[in-house]
Amino acid sequence: MRHLVSVLVQDRPGVLQRIAGLLARRGFNIESLAVGRTHLEGLSRISLVVSGDDAVLEQVEKQLNRLIEVIKVTDHDEPHVERELALVKVSIAGLEERMEVKDIAEAFRARIVDVAKRSIIFELTGDTTKVNNFIEALRPYGLLEVMRTGAVGMSRGEQVLRVREKKAV
Amino acid sequence: MNGARAILKALEMQGVELIFGHPGGTIMPTYDALYDSSIRHVLVRHEQGGIHAATGYARASGRVGVVMATSGPGALNLVTGLQDALMDSTPVVAITGNVPQHLIGTDAFQEADVVGITQPVTKHNMQVRNVNDIPRAIAEAFYIASTGRPGPVLLDFPKDVQLAEFTGSFDVVVDLPGYKPTYKGHPRQIERALEALGKAERPVLMVGGGAQHASAEITELALKTGLPVIPTLMGLGVFPGTHPQCLGMPGMHGSVAANRAIQYADTILAIGLRFDDRVTGKISRFAPHAHTVIHVDIDPAEIGKLVKTSIPVVGDAKWVAAELVKGAKKLNLSKWWAQLEEWKTKYPFAWKPKPYLQSQEVIQAFWEATRGRAVVTSGVGQHQMFVAQFFKFDRPRTWINSGGLGTMGVGLPFAIGAALARPDELVIDFDGDGSFQMTLQELATLKKLNLNVKIVILNNGFLGMVRQWQDLFHGRRYSEVYLADSNPDFAKLAEAYGIPGLTLTDKAQLQDAVKAVLAQPGPVLLDARVYHEEGVFPMIPSGGAAEDMIIENPREAVAGD
Ligand SMILES: Cc1ncc(C[n+]2csc(CCOP(=O)(O)OP(=O)(O)O)c2C)c(N)n1
Repeated sequence: MRHLVSVLVQDRPGVLQRIAGLLARRGFNIESLAVGRTHLEGLSRISLVVSGDDAVLEQVEKQLNRLIEVIKVTDHDEPHVERELALVKVSIAGLEERMEVKDIAEAFRARIVDVAKRSIIFELTGDTTKVNNFIEALRPYGLLEVMRTGAVGMSRGEQVLRVREKKAV
Repeated sequence: MNGARAILKALEMQGVELIFGHPGGTIMPTYDALYDSSIRHVLVRHEQGGIHAATGYARASGRVGVVMATSGPGALNLVTGLQDALMDSTPVVAITGNVPQHLIGTDAFQEADVVGITQPVTKHNMQVRNVNDIPRAIAEAFYIASTGRPGPVLLDFPKDVQLAEFTGSFDVVVDLPGYKPTYKGHPRQIERALEALGKAERPVLMVGGGAQHASAEITELALKTGLPVIPTLMGLGVFPGTHPQCLGMPGMHGSVAANRAIQYADTILAIGLRFDDRVTGKISRFAPHAHTVIHVDIDPAEIGKLVKTSIPVVGDAKWVAAELVKGAKKLNLSKWWAQLEEWKTKYPFAWKPKPYLQSQEVIQAFWEATRGRAVVTSGVGQHQMFVAQFFKFDRPRTWINSGGLGTMGVGLPFAIGAALARPDELVIDFDGDGSFQMTLQELATLKKLNLNVKIVILNNGFLGMVRQWQDLFHGRRYSEVYLADSNPDFAKLAEAYGIPGLTLTDKAQLQDAVKAVLAQPGPVLLDARVYHEEGVFPMIPSGGAAEDMIIENPREAVAGD
């Protein structure tokens, strides 16, 4: 089973290394990991895609929660939005191919961000399946480079990942 | 004041009275400041000795142990001890120096990525880069080390931070939004636990190292309910080992009664333990009849990690045990106890007498002579298991050994730390000839401090535990385990450090030797030359389950002696 996990962390030196190291050491399989700042000062948010059964997911969450900088962990089993950004460079042999590739890109709503004599770079956002399909559709033309950010996600509706209320120790 | 002074002032404010350490270039400003501080420093001869001593101090006292080291080689010598403290949940704060910040990342002399290297072996660590952050960093380190599930925390101070002018405030509040340990177990879960116990026909109470501070509450719970108690290796002393309700420790070298009790139990109440594989054996065959497992632990990540838990209680052992006591009733377990008694009497820990001196009888003689009034440490190996089997621990925090990591060489430094933490107590280090040689340079530290530590080397001339496995599982091919041909004369070695040394070879002299050791004030070393091919039994082979237990040495059962 594939799980998307969001982690809110204090933005301290080495925190990403700590998280990646912890998961690697404990043998959890990370498919992707994306990180960036939030609107709150000193807080970053990480999206992790891990695979495993419920017991694995539970341990991932519990182990992450042990880290001092980790403020909140949640897995998105509820309705959520998930996006990935990909840059795909395809080789183009001739005019005909160029037209075909452009048609494919249009069908996926990918944007052209660079055109050269023998190659095109596309930019695509979408969930992981969409990105996979796009890449597969272009594969026959000759993929030169593929760069993906890994999935980021957010729950739909009211549910928000926020700093825990202060609790007396 | 400079950063170094600020470090010491912040440590003083945490109530630190004692630091174990070894100086060097990058920590020198802090050693300089130590010169004017009220904090006592114990100079160890190797940083590993320092962190183990700090661990022994913490385990014996319940307070935070502190160790200090210089950058690079000094800091790296802490690594084993940090992992040892992590696995046995011991509160330790390690302070290290590092090269000045402008040299960090340049492969400077004695530079090492200490924060990176120690990340997996600490509960938390950090490098303090701003001199004014010192008080907050130290307050956080002590808070993190000593609360929740205790563990080691390392703070790394670049030399320029120690030398910079401090202009900050010591008035700090620890506020870690991501760290809020839960102390109070959920009342509904506690209620469910009591209900389950009330219905149980064959319940057992297992207690681990996380319950050492909850001894009073757990003893009360056991007495009130009549539950059989199984302390793990780390839990010995939580409940009196001589009490009839104590079944002894479980696991690989545990008692038949404890292992069978778990094997047939329908309900397990486990407090402050983590179901280590040395306790469970093959997990899929562990406690096959236990339909109810109640697991009490302060670390939520331990619950359900290995054993399926039906009633999880996240909370402090002391707090939860006290709540359980309130609602607990006397249980009717007479049928269960009849069975337990039978196992207990039929299969006590025992040994076959031999014409030679035996480890078990040496340990037993010391237990009898002290009536158990001692704090005991050990190395790792057969001797450690023999102590766990034959020295009955009646009080908490009196058995300090390396459970989780199984670190050879902890015995002597643990003993030094324990003796400093509990100056009123007699401390005995039962050590192996192999283990002792890993940190024996701390004899110098012991001599200097003149502590009441008795070192008893159970000298079998072998890396005994490895030899036992080779004997049982590798066709008696004794590969690289023989020590006797090159062991030092340990008594003379002690004398060389100015510590009285005795040698015991003859069984008949055992009582006299014990008396002589105990009569001597201050440190003494006894080199007890024990039977060289002893085995530890019972034994559950690695990866086996309770029913695979080998109760006595198959070699002796077949061939005799
Ligand atoms: C630092 C370290 N290295 C290696 C081991 C593996 N090991 C476990 S027990 C043992 C033998 C211990 O020998 P000794 O201290 O003489 O004790 P004995 O088993 O003979 O009582 C060894 C080598 C270990 N536990 N720790």
